[in-house]
Amino acid sequence: MSTLTLWLTILGAGAVTFALRLSFIALLGRIEIPPFLGRALRFVPAAVLTAVVIPLLFYANGALEVSPGNERLLAGLAAALIAWRTRSVLFTLGGGMATLWTLQTIGQSL
Amino acid sequence: MTTTISKSRKRSHIGGTARYPVAGYLGRGRVRPGSIVHDLDGAIQEEPKTASPAAAFVSGAKAIAPVLLALLPFGLAFGATAMGSGLSAFEALGMSVFVFGGAAQLAATTLLSAGASVAVVVLTVLIINLRLVLYSASLAPHFRRLPVGWKGLLSYLLTDQAYAATITRFDDGETEEPDKRWYYLGVALAIWVMWMPATLLGVFLGARVSEGWSLDFVSPLIFIALAVPAVKDRTTGAAALSAGVAALFAAALPLNLGLIAAAIVGVLGGLIAETVAERSRR
Repeated sequence: MSTLTLWLTILGAGAVTFALRLSFIALLGRIEIPPFLGRALRFVPAAVLTAVVIPLLFYANGALEVSPGNERLLAGLAAALIAWRTRSVLFTLGGGMATLWTLQTIGQSL
Repeated sequence: MTTTISKSRKRSHIGGTARYPVAGYLGRGRVRPGSIVHDLDGAIQEEPKTASPAAAFVSGAKAIAPVLLALLPFGLAFGATAMGSGLSAFEALGMSVFVFGGAAQLAATTLLSAGASVAVVVLTVLIINLRLVLYSASLAPHFRRLPVGWKGLLSYLLTDQAYAATITRFDDGETEEPDKRWYYLGVALAIWVMWMPATLLGVFLGARVSEGWSLDFVSPLIFIALAVPAVKDRTTGAAALSAGVAALFAAALPLNLGLIAAAIVGVLGGLIAETVAERSRR
């Protein structure tokens, strides 16, 4: 991707994001979220974030890999458990990285 | 780190009917001067619990301080991922300034390194940041009488963290105008000021830290830390589950459209689960 295209992407993404942020702050009283859209928006965070995470864990080198040898998948599951119990970003990060490093060390020594 | 609006709060603000009964009826027109809305505002304005703008700003910045610590690894992860994707330090910082949203920035750089087109990257950022519309709707009643410049500035600085740190206070009436804008500015600007150097630090450290440490794994971990609290009940759980299953199969879609497809499936899954739950309650 050329530098120009890259900057177009950055500016486009920025413009879109600013429009989303400004939407109701600028337009309150003039428009309302249709009830159906409001309901749908409630599911966006859970759906999008999961959709981002899953391929990062289940795919290794471009191929689906569900096996005990997929260290990232196991470390990711451990991190999800930590996130669920602690709700802390720092603990999730620390626990997930520690699990990955441990699994990698064990994998190398086998 | 992420916060989503509780059901009751969402209803009261997005519907626009709970606190501002008139706004619902004037839905498509402007709010007329002298309407009930304005009278209500006048009543509130008569007894403001004000400190000075500076005091409100500082107390906002203080309140957000613990969150800033968690932003550091997030910013580092983005900077390092951006370097790995072939972005320059200037371009990485540009993305932090213009997009100013960690999850969207991380996803965008990942897509860029996979060779996705401009349209797919922008569309993905749009979908990831759709939740900001909810925050905007929820905060809008609190900012409605601000000048356009303030609205623009406060909107630009709107993040998960800034929203989470201010909305409860605002809704409980603990802060009144003109303190609201200064308190929010203290919170949101502190996040901005933390985010930029964190990005740069990630850019420079990311280039140096060897691959042996697998530091690229930080970004999936951050998404996990954000995704898990987004699952708050059975319906959001259904949304996450259907999005996850769809993502497994959609990853092979051309043009990197897998994320978008899986997100849509997830939202539909959530809507279906909600409809089923409502029917069984009757």
